[in-house]
Amino acid sequence: MSLKRALSAFGWRRPGMANTALLGLPGAWFAGLYLAAIGALLVTSFWTVDDLSGDLIPGFSFVNFQQIFSGPVYIRIALRTIGIAAAVTITDVILAWPVAYAMIRLAGPRLRAAMMAAVMVPLWSSYLARVYAWRVILSHNGLLNWALMEIGLPRAHIGYSNWAMWIVFSYLWLPFMILPVASSVERIPPSLLEASADLGARGLSTFRRVVLPLALPGMVAGAIFTFSLTLGDYVTPMLVGGRGSDFIGNVVYSNVGVTNNIPFAAAYAVLPLGVMAVFLLIARKLGAFDAL
Amino acid sequence: MRSETLIWAAVAAIFAFLFIPIVVIILYAFSAAPIPAWPIMGFALHWFADTWNDEAVRQALLLSLEVASVATLAAMLLGTLAAMAVARMQSAAKEVVSFIVVLPIALPGILTGMALAAYFAFWGVNLSYWTIVAGHVTFCVVIVYNNVVARLRRMPRSLTEASADLGADAFRTFRLIQLPMMASAIGAGALLAFALSFDEVIVTTFTAGAQNTLPLWIFGAIRLGQQLPEVNVVVFAIILFTAVPVLLAQKLIGQSGRVAR
Repeated sequence: MSLKRALSAFGWRRPGMANTALLGLPGAWFAGLYLAAIGALLVTSFWTVDDLSGDLIPGFSFVNFQQIFSGPVYIRIALRTIGIAAAVTITDVILAWPVAYAMIRLAGPRLRAAMMAAVMVPLWSSYLARVYAWRVILSHNGLLNWALMEIGLPRAHIGYSNWAMWIVFSYLWLPFMILPVASSVERIPPSLLEASADLGARGLSTFRRVVLPLALPGMVAGAIFTFSLTLGDYVTPMLVGGRGSDFIGNVVYSNVGVTNNIPFAAAYAVLPLGVMAVFLLIARKLGAFDAL
Repeated sequence: MRSETLIWAAVAAIFAFLFIPIVVIILYAFSAAPIPAWPIMGFALHWFADTWNDEAVRQALLLSLEVASVATLAAMLLGTLAAMAVARMQSAAKEVVSFIVVLPIALPGILTGMALAAYFAFWGVNLSYWTIVAGHVTFCVVIVYNNVVARLRRMPRSLTEASADLGADAFRTFRLIQLPMMASAIGAGALLAFALSFDEVIVTTFTAGAQNTLPLWIFGAIRLGQQLPEVNVVVFAIILFTAVPVLLAQKLIGQSGRVAR
């Protein structure tokens, strides 16, 4: 008992020590596993592989990075990944606004709670289930083509293409955009909207000049998820993308799983790390971390 | 008034977009056809029994449940400790720690997976049950952390100070004041962490050896185009069983909070 009291008193007098004690276990976990793993990724990206035995050869060589930047193949894959991630993010911003705005500004409390639950269920229902659903819907004999034929239109060939990836990714990550946008709209004091109306602004101009800028951190917070989740995926490209729709993740995956070239895979995975570092720095400047 | 109607029309269309795929995949679980096509021609229930009797599915399910349980328990401990520390910290250090803690979900999944694969290769660790768990704990911690830190932000510091004034030491204050106030947030975080672990596939492929978790089994079956009726059933069951913890978690957090991923 007295030991407990002594410890408590010590922690009270020195909050820094108490914080360190609390952080010890999670800190060790993070430093020892996650941060060390990122470090190992960076280190092994300079290693090479013995062609015959397949053993890792430690060292410091730029061979892997040279291979990435020497031909058009890997650059094209990187640009496709980043391009689709950007397109998905923009699409989700556009789709999130009506839902977020209606939920916070137009709906009553009960409807709002119901809408919130309706956004939450797809967010947490199985990722694979939802990708698979789209694979089936967009396939040749799927729901989409059936619906098109019913209304007298020709079949669409969306399945297994970049269009399919764009639709499916936008679908998968939409709830991640709706939630932060909604919570940043919720934080805008109604008095600002009234003031804007008093000063003669109509609905749309109030939205463009007051609501939109104030909700920017929420949009950027959502964009971190939509962009990062798309950037780091390889399952969706494999299941709904067509031939030649490889993502960075697919190259990484096949180099680990099929050819067992971990150093090259690590080097290629450094690319999304760099992209996200830039993205997070900009997001921080725009105040997105307060809206997370 | 007209613009409001337009907004509601857009909202209805977007919710249809969100839910049609889920409804479609639920319907396919009852389809009799061995290959999914639309419209569904006949309905059957025997795929449920076939799936239940499939040894590979059972083993994958068992492994997923084990991994999710252990990862969730570890995440509850680590996430709560980290949240309590961050809630007590001052501005500069607080920003650094709270930034690092969310990295596993802010950075792309392929990066986390590849980093862990490189790390285990670096030490020559063989992939096993424990490497899967280690991978899952990294992102499950963030889920618990997010929920607990949001609760602590709304919990006034004066309560712990009052407890100290009344003569309770830090451990007693934790047991009688802080833990009861955090309990529902920890519970909600744990439910969501479990749901996430149970469903994770991107990181898991890099940390699993020969074992199959349930998502890995589904992924393999879809890719090879085999056992699709069983995939339909498994996916239907997963949607059903993850909806329960998620809605429960939302209830625990209450109206004022939101589920943080």
